[in-house]
Amino acid sequence: MSVDERDPHSGYKTTGHDWNGIKELNTPVPRPVYFFLIAAFLFSVVYWVLMPAWPTGLSYTKGLLGIDQQTTVEREVARAAAERAPWMDAIARTPVDEALADPELMGHVRATGATLFGDNCAVCHGQQGTGAPGYPNLRDDVWLWGGAPDVIAETLRVGVNSGHADARISQMPAFGRDQMLPQEDVRAVVAYVRSLSEARSSAGATTLTRGAEVFATTCASCHGARGEGMASVGAPDLTDDDWLYSDDADAIFRGVWDGHQGVMPAWEGRLSVEQRRLLTLYLLDRQRRAP
Amino acid sequence: MVSELTTGQRQMALTFLAMLALLGLFVAAFGRADPIGGHGWLVLVFSLLSLFAVLTNYYDPEPAADRSAAYYDAPVKAGIIIAMIWAVIGMFVGAWVAWLLVNPDLTFVEEAWASFGRLRPVHTTAVIFGFGGNALIATSFYVVQRTSRTRLAGHLSPLFVLWGYNLFCLLAVTGYLWGINQSKEYAEPEWYADLWLVIVWVAYFVLYLRTLARRKEPHIYVANWYYLAFILVVAVLHIVNGLALPLSWAQAKSYSLFAGVQDAMTQWWYGHNAVAFFLTAGFLGMMYYYLPKRAERPIFSYRLSIISFWGITFFYMWAGSHHLHYTALPHWVQTLGMTFSVMLLIPSWASAGNALLTLNGAWHKVRDDATLRFMFIAAVFYGLSTFEGSFMAIRSVNALSHYTDWTVGHVHAGALGWVAMITFGAIYASVPWLWKRKTMWSPALVEVHFWLALAGTLIYVFAMWNSGIIQGLMWRTYNESGTLAYSFLESVEAMHPYYIARAVGGSFFLLGALVACYNIWMTIRAPQPAGALQDDHPQERTDPVLEAGR
Repeated sequence: MSVDERDPHSGYKTTGHDWNGIKELNTPVPRPVYFFLIAAFLFSVVYWVLMPAWPTGLSYTKGLLGIDQQTTVEREVARAAAERAPWMDAIARTPVDEALADPELMGHVRATGATLFGDNCAVCHGQQGTGAPGYPNLRDDVWLWGGAPDVIAETLRVGVNSGHADARISQMPAFGRDQMLPQEDVRAVVAYVRSLSEARSSAGATTLTRGAEVFATTCASCHGARGEGMASVGAPDLTDDDWLYSDDADAIFRGVWDGHQGVMPAWEGRLSVEQRRLLTLYLLDRQRRAP
Repeated sequence: MVSELTTGQRQMALTFLAMLALLGLFVAAFGRADPIGGHGWLVLVFSLLSLFAVLTNYYDPEPAADRSAAYYDAPVKAGIIIAMIWAVIGMFVGAWVAWLLVNPDLTFVEEAWASFGRLRPVHTTAVIFGFGGNALIATSFYVVQRTSRTRLAGHLSPLFVLWGYNLFCLLAVTGYLWGINQSKEYAEPEWYADLWLVIVWVAYFVLYLRTLARRKEPHIYVANWYYLAFILVVAVLHIVNGLALPLSWAQAKSYSLFAGVQDAMTQWWYGHNAVAFFLTAGFLGMMYYYLPKRAERPIFSYRLSIISFWGITFFYMWAGSHHLHYTALPHWVQTLGMTFSVMLLIPSWASAGNALLTLNGAWHKVRDDATLRFMFIAAVFYGLSTFEGSFMAIRSVNALSHYTDWTVGHVHAGALGWVAMITFGAIYASVPWLWKRKTMWSPALVEVHFWLALAGTLIYVFAMWNSGIIQGLMWRTYNESGTLAYSFLESVEAMHPYYIARAVGGSFFLLGALVACYNIWMTIRAPQPAGALQDDHPQERTDPVLEAGR
């Protein structure tokens, strides 16, 4: 094979090698390759001079611009906080009723509250705040622990069964599983509880009588003599048609049998006092505007 | 495969497999209280099946005394078939997880193994290491023999490399389903699978070097530079990133030797160089052989090959830290990662340009021949995704793109558009050569596959560009109050239409791979045509340059 072989198409000579039929042209490297290689290198050199770049043993070259990502982010976070400070401070200072009547302040609450709620609360309470089995609806006027602004803010701060030192404690014992009540008593009390909110109960009179007895001795201490609930221990009202878990008889039976220890995280330490107050206002506002 | 071995080699294979079976039995026994026990069984079954395969062919006639007169293509053929099996598995699981993101209930079974977190590494490992790795091993065996005009330097070791590597892949994907995962992306397998791969990989390296040393050509062809870089650097990366301390010899769990930001940096030094030397260098090796061969054109420029090769190998090594922009990684390390990524674009485009300019004089073939068109599109996507990669490595661009679907789109532009396309091109070229057919069984089906693959890739990449940029913008949009305008959940909801598009694109790609399997199967099964190709041989050829060098 000739070393001087010339490719007829391109006019360039080959390198003279042949690998199973593959040859190579001796084409010079196109100029733009060198140009861009040098341009990219020069760009890098300039960037290295201006920015933190090369290690020097125990330290590194700091760069002429004196930029460092840590100080940059600290400065930007501080600047953003300062921009928000006027209305954030107002939220912390203004009494709730006054705040709810202040359209400008509530504009900030609605814009910020939706994202804050979406990122922190919606995973349990739903994006619309309408709840799910075991997670209360926050759009209606039923509040397990009370619906006063300070109470809501406190629930946000300490959570429920959360492990926080001041946590609200909600304990529905497992009456069946822990053998506090025999199965027929559990069935009777479930029938009785359902009868409290139903116009007509399908259960027999003897069952309801037995259920009422069990309720008086076992349930009334938390849920109240008439089943009206008790906000101090977060015990739900059993006479309304609002159910934290389900109005299904089997679900109520499981609740009495196995108990309930619902959890809401404590938000102190995760959300600032202003953010928790903002969420309180957001909830009250949505509740007022709810159709 | 066994028929290529002498009786002595068959006995060695049996001895080795018996020892491996014994090792599997030990692991199964001592690790029975741990997930590693399951892998003991897997090794036992794998080695017993191999043992059985050798035994059933044990009394086959011995090969001709001088095997060096023929190329050793049995492991190449097996590797290509295995690669296609992994392609279907990996792309199926990929389409599955894509549909899972559309509808999270598509787990079908309420089992841990069917959850997204376990299936996703099965997808990545099956396509990268199963499909890509087997294709690289098979084509590298083919290419090194042809370009060196010599037979592979060994008879057992190519089989050990191929089957040993597939045992590693099996250990990897079954492990993920059982929850065995060391939580390093693209390096998920645990310590014992990692150790096994080190043994296999060193055998691969030695085999490759010995074959090159036996070459009958004066120069080493470019494709072999890339294959060798791939083998050598992957060994280094895999060993360093895999350094870990197991809880005990009978437990799967281990702890990395690195911690904190050093761990992250080591992982992404590994991760990005896996992209560089596994998914780039290896497949560039493939391209440098099959593209000029199929186009029947000389490489555009030998000098450009040299510049590109050393540029790529040098710059890539520094680029990994661009995966850790705006993290606890010191700013200066990010600067180096970014600037080297920018410089990396030049040799990357030089490689893509060298490939595309090689097609000068053969563009009519690109138009008419879907196999060559696969390789052409691969070179185009190689250029596109290396540009995108350098662009995304710039810190301020990364601030938008990082953690979004844009990254996923970028990876798939490279994986589908470049890696899979060049592999399909190489496979469609190789199958008729290896099985001595004039063409594939159905060139029309190659054409169908090409359009399915291209459509799937474009749909996928466009969907992820859209969703990624929307995601990135939603995460950084502030309202007039100076707080975030969107919750994370809203950004998830906004992705839904793009996730459907992505799943459709991925399913197209899977369908293309199934068409390829059918076509390959029919090509192999089709009766030998009258004018069948003759075996090619590493015959002696008088080479003036070689002669002059002696």
